[in-house]
Amino acid sequence: MSAGTADTTLSHAAYDSKVEGNIIFTRLDAAINWMRKNSLWPMPMGLACCAIELMATGAARFDISRFGAEVMRFSPRQADVMIVSGTVTYKMALAVRRIWEQMPDPKWCIAMGACASSGGMYRSYAVLQGIDKLLPVDVYISGCPPRPEALLEGLMKLQRIIEGEKPIEEQIAGIREAQG
Amino acid sequence: MSRGTENVSGQGAEAGADASRLRKEFGRTKVREMREFRGEHTVVVKLGALQEVLSHCRLALRYDFLLDISSVDNMGEDPRFEIVYELATVDDRKHLRIKAPVAEGEEVVSVVDLWKTANWHEREVYDMMGLRFTGHPNLKRILMWEGYPYHPLRKEFPLAGKPSEMPDVAFSGIAPLEGGPFVTSPGSDRVSGEPRAKGES
Ligand code: SF4
Repeated sequence: MSAGTADTTLSHAAYDSKVEGNIIFTRLDAAINWMRKNSLWPMPMGLACCAIELMATGAARFDISRFGAEVMRFSPRQADVMIVSGTVTYKMALAVRRIWEQMPDPKWCIAMGACASSGGMYRSYAVLQGIDKLLPVDVYISGCPPRPEALLEGLMKLQRIIEGEKPIEEQIAGIREAQG
Repeated sequence: MSRGTENVSGQGAEAGADASRLRKEFGRTKVREMREFRGEHTVVVKLGALQEVLSHCRLALRYDFLLDISSVDNMGEDPRFEIVYELATVDDRKHLRIKAPVAEGEEVVSVVDLWKTANWHEREVYDMMGLRFTGHPNLKRILMWEGYPYHPLRKEFPLAGKPSEMPDVAFSGIAPLEGGPFVTSPGSDRVSGEPRAKGES
């Protein structure tokens, strides 16, 4: 694949060993996306039973580090993806929102499990009926709780979403628009 | 298990003796009623005498462990509320329940000075039932967020919740119950006892 096509994924053919020793030809967007999607540092927002499965996903058997997302960051300022795993009560929702605001852009959100996606079985005055009422969710994972494989599948879905983003192109378009 | 039953009856005997001591100490106007049910002793006292009775329990009868404070909403009755103290000893020797009726608008005296653990228990009662405690050092909500306008364990409050809005702070909505809550029925066969919507959302 040559550098000129609109393809945003990084392919091996972009590396032309005959021409350049240490240079890779690709699109900036593709390179950035490739880096972003393979080092997603999660903010583990473990709020209830789903968090146990999140922990299992991080441990050896399921090994989330195969996808570059093993660096669980307990500081939101170093995190890229918030994994909301568990029941979000209204009281906790304030903290979740605050932590989300503290995460630097670009950031993504995975709603893991029935509770985080929709309130789950907690149809009650105390529980927020889905974290998407407070923050933009990129991937919803069904299950109560979802198995670790499901979370990994969700993570791969998110990686595919990131592949399709055009951060630099959008930035340039934004600048052009501002200039009129 | 034999040890368990012995323990319960032993607890019952000691607590029963304590209940009679309370009656003798405070008389019939303050200690209104003494009940026993399956070895558990309950003493109903006048709200005004709650402070003296509880401090007697703590200091003279040595109930050094406050297990729980809870409240009951007997909607439609007067007085409407009831506050319940579960007293015990750390070595689990005896267990006594103290109750007092609370009318709407009446305040309950705080027992934080007797048992430190009362602090959070009383906050929970205030949050959920709306009973206020005089002398509490920090009477604010504990489970719902600060600024929430309702007391959700009161009988008139629906399980699904009510919408509330505090601009720039928080909101709450009505949970979709879809005909629920789904509850099991006791007594009947398995199939008819399964969880079903009673249509009271
Ligand atoms: S979806 Fe199920 S497992 Fe996950 S937090 Fe809710 S109740 Fe627990």
